[in-house]
Amino acid sequence: MLEDKDRIFTNLYGNGDWGLEGARARGGWVDTKKFIDNGRDWIVNEVKGSGLRGRGGAGFPTALKWTFMPKEGVNDGRPSQLLVNADESEPGTCKDREILRHDPHHLIEGCLLAGRAMGAHIAYVYIRGEFIRERQNFEAAVQQAYDARLIGKNNVHGWDFEIVVHHGAGAYICGEETALMESLEGKKGQPRLKPPFPAAMGVYGNPTTVNNVESIAVVPEILRRGGAWFAGIGRPNNTGTKLFMASGHVNRPAVFEDALGCTFEELIEKHCGGIRGGWDNLLAVIPGGASCPVVRGEDIRTAIMDFDGLREKKSSFGTGGMIVLDKSTDIIKAIWRIAAFFKHESCGQCTPCREGTGWMMRVMERMVQGRAQKREIDMLFEVTKQIEGHTICALGDAAAWPIQGLIRNFRDVIEARIDQYTWSSTSEGAVPSIAAE
Amino acid sequence: MSVRRLADEALQPATFAFTKENQAWAEKKMAEYPPGRQQSAVIPVLFRAQQQQGWVSRAAIETVARLLDMPYIRVLEVATFYTQFLLRPVGTVAHIQVCGTTPCMLRGAEDLRHVCERRINHEAFETNADGTLSWEEVECLGACVNAPLVMIGSDTYEDLTPESFEAILEEFAAGKGSSVKPGPQIVRQFAAAEGGQTTLLEKPTATRTYKPFPPPPAPADAPAAAPAPAAAPAAAKVEEAAPTKPGRKRGDVPEEAAPALKEPRLAPKASVEKAESERSKADAEAKADGKPNKAMRDDATGAESPAGKIDAGKAPGKPRGKKGSV
Repeated sequence: MLEDKDRIFTNLYGNGDWGLEGARARGGWVDTKKFIDNGRDWIVNEVKGSGLRGRGGAGFPTALKWTFMPKEGVNDGRPSQLLVNADESEPGTCKDREILRHDPHHLIEGCLLAGRAMGAHIAYVYIRGEFIRERQNFEAAVQQAYDARLIGKNNVHGWDFEIVVHHGAGAYICGEETALMESLEGKKGQPRLKPPFPAAMGVYGNPTTVNNVESIAVVPEILRRGGAWFAGIGRPNNTGTKLFMASGHVNRPAVFEDALGCTFEELIEKHCGGIRGGWDNLLAVIPGGASCPVVRGEDIRTAIMDFDGLREKKSSFGTGGMIVLDKSTDIIKAIWRIAAFFKHESCGQCTPCREGTGWMMRVMERMVQGRAQKREIDMLFEVTKQIEGHTICALGDAAAWPIQGLIRNFRDVIEARIDQYTWSSTSEGAVPSIAAE
Repeated sequence: MSVRRLADEALQPATFAFTKENQAWAEKKMAEYPPGRQQSAVIPVLFRAQQQQGWVSRAAIETVARLLDMPYIRVLEVATFYTQFLLRPVGTVAHIQVCGTTPCMLRGAEDLRHVCERRINHEAFETNADGTLSWEEVECLGACVNAPLVMIGSDTYEDLTPESFEAILEEFAAGKGSSVKPGPQIVRQFAAAEGGQTTLLEKPTATRTYKPFPPPPAPADAPAAAPAPAAAPAAAKVEEAAPTKPGRKRGDVPEEAAPALKEPRLAPKASVEKAESERSKADAEAKADGKPNKAMRDDATGAESPAGKIDAGKAPGKPRGKKGSV
C-alpha cells in the first residue's frame, strides 16, 4: 500500500487548482531544465532503471520503446515525433480523463522530457472526441505552458517543443497505434500493417513513438525522485505506482493511485469499501478493461494486481480497470454486451473481425436466452480461435478473449441456461426447432 | 461496424456556410499541422460544423472538403466512419447519449434507456412530439467509475438513477438545461469514492525526497557539444563496432524498414494537379444545368460518369476476333 507522499497524481480528484500555479505548488516543473541538459541518454537510462512499463495495456517497457527512435546525428531530414494516445475508450478504463482534466501539467512536462529522450521537437496529443471538457482543460493548460515559455520556440528549457492537441470523434479502434496515426492524418481510423513500425514510419511518414497518457505523465516524477525510487515500489518487473479503476458492483466505485503488487482484496477493501453484498457475493471480475478474459471471484480474491500476477490467472492486467460483477449479474448477458461493443467498434477492414464480431454477438444473444445447442458452445469457442491472431490489429483478439474467458470459466452457467430453456419449452408441449444461424 | 448513411434528401439543406468565428477557428486549426497536411484537421473542423448546425449535412461535408482541399468522398468517409457525427437532425434542445456498455449496464443503464423510451420516443434518434429531445445508446463514454451516465451536448451527467435522470430530462425539456450542474449527481468529488476520498488526505506540497543529483554522464554530452559533422561519423562508427544483431552490418536495412529513403520524400506517384483538374471539370459539367452534382448521391447509378460510354463497355486494348483469325 502506498503512502500519500509517494503518490504521483496529487490532484487526481480535482481538489486543487489544475492550472500552472497549482501544478507548481505541488512540485511540478521543478528541475526540468537540469533533466533536459543532462541529455537524451540520461533520461532514457533513468526511465529504464525505473522499470516503467507502458500503462496503455500491453505493458511494453517505455524506455525501450524510446530507444527504437532514430539516434542523434542520424538525420535524413525527417523529424521525430511523439504521439500521446489519449483515446481512452476501453470500457472500464477512465484514468486518462482524470489526468487530462485535473493534472494536465504532468502530461505536458512529460511530453517535453519524453520528447528530449527521443529527439522529438513536436508532440501530438490525440484526445477522444467524447472528452470535450477534458480537452478544453488540457488546451488551456497547454496555452499556460506556452505563455510561461515552458514549451514553444526558444523556451526556458532550451529544447524547442510544440504540442498540438487533436481529437477524435468516437471510434474505439483509434486507440490502436496505427489507426491513431491514420486518424490523425485525417482518414478513417483503419489500422496499418506492420512493418514498417511507427518508429521507422509513423505519422506523415516520419519516425513516431506512441505512448499512453499515464506512461508519459509519470516521467517527470520518476526523474525528480530517481528511477530507483520508482523501481523500489512493487515486485521486480512490475514496478511503480498505477492508477486503478474499480467499477461495477463495488460499494464505492473510484479511481485511485496505488502501488503495483497489492492483492485485489486489499485494493477493493481499502479504496472501494468492499464488494456489494460482501465477498461471498463476488461472482467474477474483468480485471483490466473489457478486452481481458473474465476471472472467477474465488480466483481473483488473492490475485496480485500487476502484469505477471494476472497472467498467472490466465487473464491480463490491461489498463488496471477492474469491472466487478456480483452474483446478481447475468454473466452471459454482461459478456454479450461486450461482444456487442466490439461488433459496433470493428473498423471493418479485416473479414474475420468484421464478420466474426457480429456472428459472435448473435450467437451470444441466443445463449443469453438459452436458445442454443450445447455443441454450439464448442463451436463458438472454435470461432473465437479463428478470429484471434488473424487480423491486422489486436481488436480481433480483444473481441475473442472475453468470450473465451466466459466459456472457460462459466461453461456450467451457459449449459444450465440452455437446459432451462429446453425444459420450459418442452414442458409446455412445444419442442422448438432451432434453425442454424 | 455499423452502416451509416446520410440523411434523406428531403432533410438536406441546400447550402452550409461557417459563421465568421468558426471559419477563423477552422483556419487557425488547419495551420497547426505541418504544411500540406491540412487534411489532418478534418475531424475537428467537421465537429465544429456539427456544433454549428446540430448535425452533419451533405452541404456541410462538401463545404469542409472544399475548405480542406480534399475530395468529397474522403470527408464523407470520415463522417460515416466516426460515430459521434450525427448524420440526421436530432432534438433541437438536447440529444441525449446514454452509455450502455457493460460497466454502465451493471449499474442500471438499461433503466435510463427505458426512461428515454418512455419519455422521449420509443425509437433512438427519433425526436419527441415537439422535436426538442432525442436520444441514442452509445458505447463507452469513458467515465466508468461514475456509472451510469449520460452525455448531453458537451457535458456528462454522472451517477444517475432513473429518478434523477428524469428530473434532468424535465429541466432540458423545459429549456432550463443550463441550470443543471454537470458531473456527479450525488454528493461526490469527481472520481473519488462516494463518502470521501481514501487517498490524498494530506495537502500535497512541492517537497520531494530527492536522491543526490548525479552528474551528467560525459559521453552523452560530448557528441552534443562537438560540431555536428564530426558527431555523425563517430556515432556511426560506434554502431558498426557493436551491431545490434550479430551478422547484420549497418546499411543492410531491410527494404520495408526504411522505404522512405528510396526515393525523395513526398514525390508524387501521379499528378495531383491533373486528377484534381479532371475532377473539378467533371463537377462543373454536372452542375452546368444548375442542379447539384449527382455523382456522390446515394441514388447514384454510375450513369453520370462517362466510363462505359467510350467503347460501349469493351475492354480497351483487346481487339475482338483475334482468337479466330490465328
